[in-house]
Amino acid sequence: MIDRSLTLKLLSAAVVFGAWEIAGRVPISYAFPTFLESMSALARMTFDGSIFVAYGQTLSPLAIGVAISAVVGIGMGLWIGLSARFEWLFAPIFVVMQTAPLAALIPILVMVYGIGLTSKVFVVCIMAMPVIVLNTAAAVRNTPASLKEMATSYLARDHEILWKIILPAASPMIFAGLRLGVSAGFIGAILSELKITPTGVGDIITFSRSIADYPSMYAAIFSIILLAVLFLNLLGTLENILFKGNNRGYVTD
Amino acid sequence: MRHAVPADDIAVSVRNVSKTYGDVQALKDLTLDFPRGQLTSLLGPSGCGKTTLLKIIAGLLPANSGQILVNGQTVAGPGPDRAFVFQDFALLPWATVIRNVAFGLELRGLARSEREAIAEKYIREVGLAGFEQKYPHQLSGGMRQRVGLARALSVNAQVLLLDEPFSAVDEQTRRKFQEDLLELVKHEKKTFIFVTHSIEEAVYVSDQIAILLPRPSRVHEIIRPSNFRDKGVDNIRRDPEYLDIVDGIWASLRSYVE
Amino acid sequence: MTLFGYKLPALSSLILWALLWEFVGQAELTFFVPPFSEVLLTLFGMLPTPSFLNALATTAWAFSMGVFFALVIGIPVGILMGKSRIVDELLLPWVNIFISAPLTALVPVLMVLFGFGTRTVIITTSLFAIWIIILNARTGVKQINRSLVEMAHCFGASPLDAFFKVYFWAALPEILGGVRIGVIRAVKGVIIGQLLISIVGFGALFELYSSKFLMAEFWAVLVVLFGLAFTLSEFLAYLERKVAYYATTR
Repeated sequence: MIDRSLTLKLLSAAVVFGAWEIAGRVPISYAFPTFLESMSALARMTFDGSIFVAYGQTLSPLAIGVAISAVVGIGMGLWIGLSARFEWLFAPIFVVMQTAPLAALIPILVMVYGIGLTSKVFVVCIMAMPVIVLNTAAAVRNTPASLKEMATSYLARDHEILWKIILPAASPMIFAGLRLGVSAGFIGAILSELKITPTGVGDIITFSRSIADYPSMYAAIFSIILLAVLFLNLLGTLENILFKGNNRGYVTD
Repeated sequence: MRHAVPADDIAVSVRNVSKTYGDVQALKDLTLDFPRGQLTSLLGPSGCGKTTLLKIIAGLLPANSGQILVNGQTVAGPGPDRAFVFQDFALLPWATVIRNVAFGLELRGLARSEREAIAEKYIREVGLAGFEQKYPHQLSGGMRQRVGLARALSVNAQVLLLDEPFSAVDEQTRRKFQEDLLELVKHEKKTFIFVTHSIEEAVYVSDQIAILLPRPSRVHEIIRPSNFRDKGVDNIRRDPEYLDIVDGIWASLRSYVE
Repeated sequence: MTLFGYKLPALSSLILWALLWEFVGQAELTFFVPPFSEVLLTLFGMLPTPSFLNALATTAWAFSMGVFFALVIGIPVGILMGKSRIVDELLLPWVNIFISAPLTALVPVLMVLFGFGTRTVIITTSLFAIWIIILNARTGVKQINRSLVEMAHCFGASPLDAFFKVYFWAALPEILGGVRIGVIRAVKGVIIGQLLISIVGFGALFELYSSKFLMAEFWAVLVVLFGLAFTLSEFLAYLERKVAYYATTR
């Protein structure tokens, strides 16, 4: 028998892309190309290589920003989760960063750091970091008390409790934070390309809009969403490989 | 009939221990001895501080005053002479059965091959041979607690502390556990301290039962069943002395149950 | 964190950070950070001005309409997904895609389709908020205690009764959790929308102040926005705690 969930996924994709195709043929708007037109534009950009050049430009601030956010964010998160004093001092900063619409800072960042890579990396970081920090801290605080107690009763030292109990127990939530952070980072990267200087994928979007080449514009947007989703799935797979027994929740009841 | 135990045969001794949580007095001036090689139950209504006492003996909680002696040594924290079995099993969800069982030894720095050999022996002993590479979520509740028990046995501690270990497993599994526990006490030559809220369970498995009463928590009575233990596991539950002790304990606890 | 036996309230360290901000501002280390006191004074001076009130009204309108559509579409869809397996299997992949997709990339599409007006800002706001609302409503319904559903059946509840008297209430804590996160996302959505689409509302103020180097005004607007978003999110968190026991399993 064919896998039910896969069949339904394909069916659901066919329905949505079919609706897109029909809506494009009607057409509901002069600016709404059909699915096939957009896909052929994507194929054209893939074959002439322009999309790879664009992604090279888009992904470098994204990769740098996400890497900084992940390392600093998980580090800060662990520290905040482990120390009440540190939590009191620093957690509110990240709560503010999480709540306030920091996209508004982009004009100032441009004034301070110019329109280059630094500004874009900054945008990615301020979007991605708070959720990584807050999730990691919450994950550390939520480590089941009975597991820590068990380790203590079997004479674990503090660093052993951190490495053998807290980190593995917290890893699903840390990864969840990382996924949210990466997705916020994508938002930041595209935002900075649309708002600061049109480069990479943002440039394709802006330029093809200005010359009314809508299939190319849709193709670029389609590809960046696809890339984000694929990358996040990859992260999920990585998590499953790293922490095999973990994905089925806790066994405490 | 067993008589009063000589002092050098006391494995664990609790001396005038008090413990408060904020304004609540969990334990007040509690003194109790645990004879070596025997199983002592701490029995009482909920809120009588029996788990608190067990965790103080384990060194997981500090006492406000008083002293715990294990083999004459004062307890300041967890030590290699005691092993704990948890009510909620406290297994690492991300670790296989064998790593869970060997975890205590891993923390003591034994080499992998060495600790896994020991773990395998105890996995066989608790009847889980063949499940070494399974994860806790793939086991039933009873099997999970066998893993917890094997982990406690593998560190070869003199004193085993069991915190309501069978409360999360079903009745039939629990009966099997109780029979296995009697075997274990007989062969392992260890001191068992067993917290339970089941009167029948306490009378069935114990050499000595300490009845704790709440508000303020204190030792109400120490009961030492005499002659039904040697009549075989099948006859204990219909022995007149067993039934009398169960009834007697219920009579003294009845008024404390909400 | 406790000091001399007193438990310090959460976020109280922000006072310390505000002092640091004041210090950095007074020391005139950088032009971009005026003293916090100056920002506050500017803030109170700015509140009654028509330009601020207009921006507030424009942004609040776009924001509340966006959240409104996200709620009335998101919650029923989420509950439906939680109840029906086939709907769930058809929609879940898309919800999962859009919850993590870089939605800013879609804004240009919305601009060419719906124009440069408030309508597009509203749609952007909804688009930022709706996915987490759907997902949480779905989770809430999925987690409803099975025996509660069976109880409703046993006592002869009609599907409509079951929906309004059992499902909605039992899932309410999760739903509110989703609404809280959705609202935070909507705040970001509305500002991003105003920055990218039409330079109106607070987006226009940010552009104006930064281009004219009015840093105190700039920070004042950001502080106001944070205050509004934070108050809203804390209020929703309070509601969530109030009803948390609706989801207890016994």
